[in-house]
Amino acid sequence: MGAPDYSIPGSVAPRPAFEAVSDAAPLSVAGAARTVAAVLAESQVEAVLDELERDLVGLAPVKQRIRDIAALLVIDKLRMNLGLQAETPSLHMSFTGNPGTGKTTVALRMAEILHRLGYVRKGHLVAVTRDDLVGQYIGHTAPKTREVLKKAMGGVLFIDEAYYLYRPENERDYGQEAIEILLQVMENQRDDLVVILAGYKDRMDTFFKSNPGLSSRIAHHLDFPDYTVDELQQIARRMLAQRHYHFGAGADAVFRDYLERRIRQPHFANARSVRNALDRARLRQASRLFAERERELGQDDLTTLLPVDLLASRVFADTQP
Amino acid sequence: MMTNPTGRLTQGQFSFLPDLTDAEINLQIEYGLRRGYAWSVEYTDDPHPRNTFWEMFGMPMFDLRDAAGVMLELRNCRQTFPHHYIRLVAFDSTRGIESITMSFIVNRPPSEPGFGLQRQEGPGRTLRYTLTPYATTRPEGERY
Ligand SMILES: Nc1ncnc2c1ncn2[C@@H]1O[C@H](COP(=O)(O)OP(=O)(O)O)[C@@H](O)[C@H]1O
Ligand SMILES: [Mg+2]
Repeated sequence: MGAPDYSIPGSVAPRPAFEAVSDAAPLSVAGAARTVAAVLAESQVEAVLDELERDLVGLAPVKQRIRDIAALLVIDKLRMNLGLQAETPSLHMSFTGNPGTGKTTVALRMAEILHRLGYVRKGHLVAVTRDDLVGQYIGHTAPKTREVLKKAMGGVLFIDEAYYLYRPENERDYGQEAIEILLQVMENQRDDLVVILAGYKDRMDTFFKSNPGLSSRIAHHLDFPDYTVDELQQIARRMLAQRHYHFGAGADAVFRDYLERRIRQPHFANARSVRNALDRARLRQASRLFAERERELGQDDLTTLLPVDLLASRVFADTQP
Repeated sequence: MMTNPTGRLTQGQFSFLPDLTDAEINLQIEYGLRRGYAWSVEYTDDPHPRNTFWEMFGMPMFDLRDAAGVMLELRNCRQTFPHHYIRLVAFDSTRGIESITMSFIVNRPPSEPGFGLQRQEGPGRTLRYTLTPYATTRPEGERY
């Protein structure tokens, strides 16, 4: 480009100030962290890991994997500081598991972990599905996908039910176009964003089998197990406590009974079903209290869910007259 | 007149400085994003100062968090129009402001022939001035 052949006073000196932003990583960073403790202290990443441990019920294998990944990233950081490693490792992941097993929740934490360790610059999460990426007509898909990618840059792009992008039964499906753009960015702009693909385990496996290009760019596969009834009940208690509710006498046992029945029914969605059940119980509690116009309602009345609030559910329909 | 001896187009911010490097452009974009501006990429091959509306290269980019997204569009635009003028424009959508707050050139043609000044003599001692970019004598798309 036509640079001017005259020099502007002060235009030469400030240049080096910008060099720090340039992509070329210096061989060995002076004054950079040399110990795991230093990286941890600098990044404050342990706080997020502890929070993850504390806030999420169950999910032991997932939590362990995340600790392993965090350890790997910390060590990579040290290697980079010593100049042993120049390029950022591939961090794209797949989260597989049934609905309501905490994939979206964990992805949010993962974004925060990656941000604190400096692997993404901003640390936000953009959650999308096929409809956000794929267009309706020719030429519609590329701009749509690019727009989403641009919004996700500096953070994590979470693609829920990613396998819907690939529809082999329709030869001219525009999903393929989105996948190709995605692949390009996943490969060439690793510093700019991390992609997490999520969905049911079996469908994800077939999806990866038919898209080896995508599969080979995923560094970490995390599988989210279903919750046990005990875990679901613990999740329920936490959800209630968060909103200043609690189970009244006998309601705990009724809810357990509810869970055992609900699990066997179709469309059971783990923690999300728990959340919905509790929301409906709150609705019934409100109607129950609403009916008693003249009664003075104390804190206890307003925060307690009684067995009747749960028993009215249609899950119990077959046991009621 | 020696205010701009190289004939470089001087419009918007930083135009009297040497061209910004990509790292410097990145910093400007980050600054705008921090203030909540929406960036857009515009291009033209008509450098006349009264040509205020340049062509839009895609839509303005709302809800971006990181400069990498804008840089991606800028790279696309440079690839498509390597010899055009390209500028980045920041829009502040805050109610009551709703206007352009930043604008600077990020791509120039390899050579900029500058402007011709025509003087038209009117009645009495009136003079009318017309500025014509030498480049615009050729049709659009073939100018640089
Ligand atoms: N282990 C857990 N502990 C507490 N709450 C959870 C847990 N897993 C999921 N939840 C809650 O369940 C709901 C659904 O979780 P989500 O992450 O959206 O699941 P998925 O994305 O796998 O469908 C959310 O409201 C979340 O807060
Ligand atoms: Mg989800």
